[in-house]
Amino acid sequence: MSDDHVLEMRNIRKEFPGVVANDGVSFDVRRGEVHALLGENGAGKSTLMNILYGLYRPDGGEILIQGKRVSFSSARDAIEAGIGMVHQHFMLIPVMTVAENIVLGVEPRDGLLLDERGAERRVRDLSERFGLAVSPSALVSEITVGQEQRVEILKALYRGADVLILDEPTAVLTPQEARELFEIVESLKADGKSIIFISHKLNEVLEIADRITVLRRGRTIETVPREGATEESLARAMVGRDVLLRVEKTKSDPGDVLLAVEGLEVRDDRGIEKVRGMTFDVRAGEIVGIAGVDGNGQTELIEAITGLRKAESGTITVASEPMHGANARRMLDAGVGHIPEDRQRRGLVLEFSIAENIALHDYAKEPDAKWGWLFPRRLVERARSLIREYDVRGGGPLTRAGGLSGGNQQKVVAAREISRDPKVLIAAQPTRGLDVGAIEYLHRRLVAERDRGRAILLVSLELEEILSLSDRILVLYEGQIAGAHEGTVSEEEIGLEMLGGREEKVA
Amino acid sequence: MTEPGYTPSPEQAAETGTLAARIALKQRAGGIVVPIVTVVIAFLMGGLVVLATGHNPLLAYRAIFNGAGLNWIFHPTTSMASTASYNLSQTLLQTTTLILCGLAVAFAFRCGMFNIGGQGQYFVGFFVANWLGVDFASMSPLPHILIAVGAATLAGALWAGIAGVLKASVGAHEVITTIMLNWIAIWIGEWLVADGGPLQNSSQPFNPSSNPVSSSAELPVFWGSHTLGGLDVGIFVALAAVVLFWALLNRTTLGYEVRAVGFNPDAAAYGGINVRKNIVRAMAISGAFAGLAGALDMLGYLYGFSQNDIPLSQVGFLGIAVALLGRNTAVGTLLGAVLFGALLFGTTHGLTGNVIQPELAGNLTYIIQGLVVLFVGADVLILYVWNSRKRLRPARSASAAGAS
Repeated sequence: MSDDHVLEMRNIRKEFPGVVANDGVSFDVRRGEVHALLGENGAGKSTLMNILYGLYRPDGGEILIQGKRVSFSSARDAIEAGIGMVHQHFMLIPVMTVAENIVLGVEPRDGLLLDERGAERRVRDLSERFGLAVSPSALVSEITVGQEQRVEILKALYRGADVLILDEPTAVLTPQEARELFEIVESLKADGKSIIFISHKLNEVLEIADRITVLRRGRTIETVPREGATEESLARAMVGRDVLLRVEKTKSDPGDVLLAVEGLEVRDDRGIEKVRGMTFDVRAGEIVGIAGVDGNGQTELIEAITGLRKAESGTITVASEPMHGANARRMLDAGVGHIPEDRQRRGLVLEFSIAENIALHDYAKEPDAKWGWLFPRRLVERARSLIREYDVRGGGPLTRAGGLSGGNQQKVVAAREISRDPKVLIAAQPTRGLDVGAIEYLHRRLVAERDRGRAILLVSLELEEILSLSDRILVLYEGQIAGAHEGTVSEEEIGLEMLGGREEKVA
Repeated sequence: MTEPGYTPSPEQAAETGTLAARIALKQRAGGIVVPIVTVVIAFLMGGLVVLATGHNPLLAYRAIFNGAGLNWIFHPTTSMASTASYNLSQTLLQTTTLILCGLAVAFAFRCGMFNIGGQGQYFVGFFVANWLGVDFASMSPLPHILIAVGAATLAGALWAGIAGVLKASVGAHEVITTIMLNWIAIWIGEWLVADGGPLQNSSQPFNPSSNPVSSSAELPVFWGSHTLGGLDVGIFVALAAVVLFWALLNRTTLGYEVRAVGFNPDAAAYGGINVRKNIVRAMAISGAFAGLAGALDMLGYLYGFSQNDIPLSQVGFLGIAVALLGRNTAVGTLLGAVLFGALLFGTTHGLTGNVIQPELAGNLTYIIQGLVVLFVGADVLILYVWNSRKRLRPARSASAAGAS
């Protein structure tokens, strides 16, 4: 083994009941390198990293740090060995300052008290050294998501991390913030830190990584240098077959207005106005994409249109029928289909079988039921044919929905919604957490449904998805439409509108 | 520090979901094995208690077995002269009540609610059955029985429905409200037969007990003597209720809604199901089962009640253990009711000889009941032990490898 290996994992094996999550995975990281770990969901990336971070014990294989064999029994051991991890979901305490969050648990002390000034000074030194601009005295509740991520990185560096694991770091960022993150990664690299960059976004990986390791079904498929790798070659390694990465679609041919929203105002559970006067319409045969940073009113907008939440004011019209005060049942019957943003919380009853889930909207109607009596065999029959049509894998009609993979769960949801022949289809984050193969399938399906004359409202946090699928784009910012686009528009332009037209404030 | 890398898997996410989702999860984790293990452990620990008092647990359990009349299986006879026949008929009377009280708890559970008010709903049915059974004495038997049973069932449904309405409208938790309703039912019962109370015995002033129901309201006894409290047709009603429970949940749109709301109210609402309506309706159906139990006890073999009887009745609470042990399924509840019915009679009136002190024997039922509720209710604990068992194994091999 050469000296520049800071970390090596050899033949790692980890089994969970019924699944081999890691099956002889080998992986190494050199000093001052960005090593991307690429793979579909369930390929074993997270398991491997949780083993490295001391959260799981491997069933086999070994981990070497600086050439020495180690065995971690907790994250604390891993941190002591110089490994830091920035999770997708940040673990910061909002009421504390940036500096307090960073030193939490390893505070510099002044007698019995926290040496506040010392902490701030050390945090400031670190952030200057790596170009991580955050104000140590700012409260975490007042900083942006991008800055929160920097705080997490600083937290790991403060604890002496030499190897930094970044788990899907760009998932929560706007394009501008992602660009800034990449600059930070470059400066960490220049300082001799090693970065493990977990992602399923091919373009990012090709931009930032020095080497790329592809995992598929718990095995290492290949480790390649960035030079010579292409999106197509990586996608093929990830999925195991050729994948169509670009959505192919013709120009839209919009027909009648099927969904019209006018002056819509919606409050959330806490009474805060989240949708503040939105007016737009969606026509038959077009995909209207709503772009925006999470929490700008997307959830409340969708809930209002689907009858799950009462609107404060404004009107919703479906196929020229006014739907004032309609509940979910009436919206469903009026022809509104909905692929919800959270398929596990809302889209599926995980304990129900696939057949029961497919019947979720129409269980009380013929042929599923008559006079309140349910015909389970008819549910199963319908599920069987939809499973075939939508290529749901991993189970039959009686399989519990919770036992399916994310992609197949989403196919069940899509099958149910589309097979009801809706006039309006609302697709909220339809590909969130899905792998390349499933994304390809769902995107093709949405375009096909558009071409069959449905009005499709696509709400997504993935700008790339919005750009590649939508015929028209609306940018949502603080509950209002901050921009509307038709035809080509750059990612940066939309990214700017997503932040309300202002540059991100730097503290 | 906390474990920052804790990303919940879908399975783990279900742990934090509704009660019904957690129960379903555990069902998958242990299948039918867990209830059996639960019972075996409960009996073993009960046996230790017997041993500690200086008795032979095996002999004690055999005495309880015979006390419950289960030895009848080896010498079947319908003659009530046989002790086994008599004991078995009495065990089945207890089983009848426990089936229905168990179904009451189980039905609410399937809608994601914990109905602790089975006792109160049982009492309400019990009182109404006495009232209507005593009145309308001139009626012919069939309509009289139907009216009394029907009204008592409805009363149980309304009583539980109060808790349902409170939950659906203002979000009051059903555990709190049903417990409060239990006490209200208990004190109403005390008042009904207190001196001058509306149901107080008209021929015996100052006696705090009710009139016996008229003979036209008494359920036909088909096994044993009517005067000695033989087995009445109520058991067939209870068995029919088991079938009804199953069909209602699995073969009707109502049951589909109940289960959807129980597993995931958000998804149910998204499916177009009215969650509040289902909360009220499921509580009412739950209470109907308990109210029916009260009616069958009143018209089947008790015929009346006194103030002293009220604090002694525990069937509503035993129903919780029955339902938990039976995994809130129809057949499971039936089996759980048979077990607890046998324990209930076998450790009390049915027990003969001096193998074990009767006071201890009666408490043995409650020890076993308590352990069952503890084991089945502590699902988080069981899951934790279950999971750590798996975590420990590779940990040991890993540390062994590290030491070498």
